[in-house]
Amino acid sequence: MDDLDLDHDSVYDGLLGGDASQWAFGTDFEDPLAGVDTTIPAGVDGDLLAAYCLMLGDDALIYAHRLSEWTSNAPDLEDDIALANIALDLLGQARLLLARAAAADPSVVPELPEGSPVPPEDALAFFRDEHAFRNVGYVEAINGDFAVTIVRLLLFSAHRLALLQRLAVSADPVLSAIAAKGVKEVTYHRDYAGRWFVTLARGTEESRRRLVAGLRTVWSTYAELSRPTEVEMRAAEQGFGVDPATLTDEVDAVIEHVLATGGIERPDVPPSGTGPTGRNGRHTEVMGLLLAEMQVVARAHPRGTW
Amino acid sequence: MVTALAGEQSRARKIASTVVDPEMPMLTLVDLGVLRDVTEDGDHVTVTITPTYSGCPAMATMRDDLVHALTDAGYVEIKVRISLSPAWSSDWITERGRRQLRDHGLSAPGPAATGPVQLSLAPIRRAIDCPRCGSDDVRLTSEFGPTACKALYQCSDCLEPFEHVKEI
Repeated sequence: MDDLDLDHDSVYDGLLGGDASQWAFGTDFEDPLAGVDTTIPAGVDGDLLAAYCLMLGDDALIYAHRLSEWTSNAPDLEDDIALANIALDLLGQARLLLARAAAADPSVVPELPEGSPVPPEDALAFFRDEHAFRNVGYVEAINGDFAVTIVRLLLFSAHRLALLQRLAVSADPVLSAIAAKGVKEVTYHRDYAGRWFVTLARGTEESRRRLVAGLRTVWSTYAELSRPTEVEMRAAEQGFGVDPATLTDEVDAVIEHVLATGGIERPDVPPSGTGPTGRNGRHTEVMGLLLAEMQVVARAHPRGTW
Repeated sequence: MVTALAGEQSRARKIASTVVDPEMPMLTLVDLGVLRDVTEDGDHVTVTITPTYSGCPAMATMRDDLVHALTDAGYVEIKVRISLSPAWSSDWITERGRRQLRDHGLSAPGPAATGPVQLSLAPIRRAIDCPRCGSDDVRLTSEFGPTACKALYQCSDCLEPFEHVKEI
């Protein structure tokens, strides 16, 4: 073969030759913030910044894992690929946010055996127990059918897009850069979910029935996304975070537009719960199973190199 | 410290400029707009790259390939730094890169959207041609493709499916 690509044609070359630069995808642990100035800006508390980034990073991580469960199970190949891509984007955002949290306050990172090659963001993802996760319960809920998934993705993406747009001018330049990049990605996610919402709403009797049922299921949990915690309020005061309650009108206008386009009435379901949520480490029953599946391999091999 | 002057490329930059995208090897990292800066000081080199998508797994390979190429060229200490801001845009793909995409059966991105983010509930309409037969009668099959950066299309004339690099 004249065009044999010596760098890529055999995945074993790196293993056999001991040349670390020839490993295949995903086998290295380079810092995703290598060379990025992670100094805490004046007027910002490092531990608060870390706590805030954990919340946003955990939302992305747990939702990415949940959405990835559609891989090989979606109604058709295109949607299989779409949901996997959306999960991948969110996983990338989670990696950056967790790395930012670890750089802002190294004490949030679980301790691992000496010599463990696990980087801080992976230690946060795979070696924290359930109560240490700060994601909203909204993202850990089981997928349900395709209609439930689409409704949940629409409301989540609409909220997250509004949030990331505001964070693009965060007082923390690292968070601002992560958010500005995320805006481009989540724009595609929101459009995808919005289009499927309208398609299901205006499709068959059965698709509409399922969509309306899915909307009722998701709607009662949706208020959690805009219910602020003390961390978010203080992050907003320090100019690097956003009080999610201030996003409500903007997000609502988007949802109203999608509902109207689909000819679907706003559900009259009251929000469930007002007390401490996932943001405070109190999770629903399904979270334990999700974490077990997500973490089991990494925990079995804390010194593993992948 | 040697930084490339306008119109003049340092040796390290020339070498870094030969490294290609592992998924779209018809594009160099320069064509893709990922290679932002190369500085060298003796046998030390610092390369700055910008990730395309937050979760793109090809970034790790790009970084490894940069280290590999520069190591082979005799450089001893190679640092690859990440630049997150400004975020990568498909507008950074060079003219040569766009020709290369087309020559290899992929459709190049149009201008990325600017200004306020719009919700679009109708399929995005792009004025693109089939990279194989040139017909403008093409249809979108999915906004998401085999890699984060591509959408899937099919030509209604020659019926060939093809990939379109998305605007971002």
